[in-house]
Amino acid sequence: MKIANFIKYAIIGILFGITMFKSEAISWFRIYEMFKMQSFHMYGIIGTAVVSGIILVQLMKKEKIKGFHHKKITFIDKNSGWKRYLFGGIIFGLGWGMGGACPGPIFVLIGGGYSIFIVFMLSAMLGTFIYGIARKKLPH
Amino acid sequence: MVVSVSRTVRQRWENDFKIGFFCVRNLYVIFITYICRMDFLFNFLVVEPWPWWFSGLMITFIMYLHLFFGKSFGMSSNLRTMCAVGGGRLSDFFKFDWKAQIWNLVVAAGAMIGGLLFILFIDPNPTVNISPETIESLREININVEAGNVTHFPDDIFSWDNLFTAQGMIFIVLSGVLVGFGTRYAGGCTSGHAISGLSNLQVPSLIAVVGFFVGGLIMVNFILPYIMQL
Repeated sequence: MKIANFIKYAIIGILFGITMFKSEAISWFRIYEMFKMQSFHMYGIIGTAVVSGIILVQLMKKEKIKGFHHKKITFIDKNSGWKRYLFGGIIFGLGWGMGGACPGPIFVLIGGGYSIFIVFMLSAMLGTFIYGIARKKLPH
Repeated sequence: MVVSVSRTVRQRWENDFKIGFFCVRNLYVIFITYICRMDFLFNFLVVEPWPWWFSGLMITFIMYLHLFFGKSFGMSSNLRTMCAVGGGRLSDFFKFDWKAQIWNLVVAAGAMIGGLLFILFIDPNPTVNISPETIESLREININVEAGNVTHFPDDIFSWDNLFTAQGMIFIVLSGVLVGFGTRYAGGCTSGHAISGLSNLQVPSLIAVVGFFVGGLIMVNFILPYIMQL
């Protein structure tokens, strides 16, 4: 990878990490609070991101806004079906409610020095690995 | 000294108000005061936690940066890439060109650096402003936290000392496995489905996000109280 590419993706990551900390979205307590429906904070974050994201993406599609080096921006549609999304989503939700961290924040927390989340990350890799092996036996 | 400066500024403001609020010189004063008062911006961006609307806009901005560089925003595919790098040859699910995914690993490494920079330069002991109701309901499941002194997660549960107890295994290892398994099964996590997918008006993503919330609501409201009794 070219050094310029390396730097630009690292900067995106740094922005993401700081955003996760400043928004408190990496907090176990915030996730707990969200699922207890005791605060608007997390719903506000996700809601703002989704609404502004929809506006942005639809605008980009309509105006055919070009990306870096005037490359065309392509939007990949998800595969159709519902079983994998519903079942996978519920399993992820169970883990999210208990562990309080989704894959992005895991990296941010490890970087922040909360070393116990290395175990969490390895467990998540194990989970991904189990999926890789059991994939063909699961309904999709 | 400070008093005299502020007094002259005040006198100037009062004089300007007599002339009229939108006179040219007054606009100039407003402009200069704003520039000199960068501490407002500093407070907003660095000192205070970001309000929800600003955080949401920043996440959209990060998604936009991904799109701008011809990628799509999704953190959980890193877990698959890391399995592939680590030599997951037991399944053809991990036989793919992981070198094409290095950019995403760099984003993840950047996220780690971002977390480190936050701890080093912004706040070494970050706390969370959760609502009083949450503190009360946490007390009911034996997690005792003090208002104003809430860290990012319950320290006694997420600690190395607690790792090899039944509770620690469930909270750290089992939840990790569920997260890793669930994201790949569903084909994305909060960033891939809730942000990228919903922005692109994808029905599968909506189903996945509904699943996320069904799972989370069941866990926090019905299962977590039982786990905490262990």
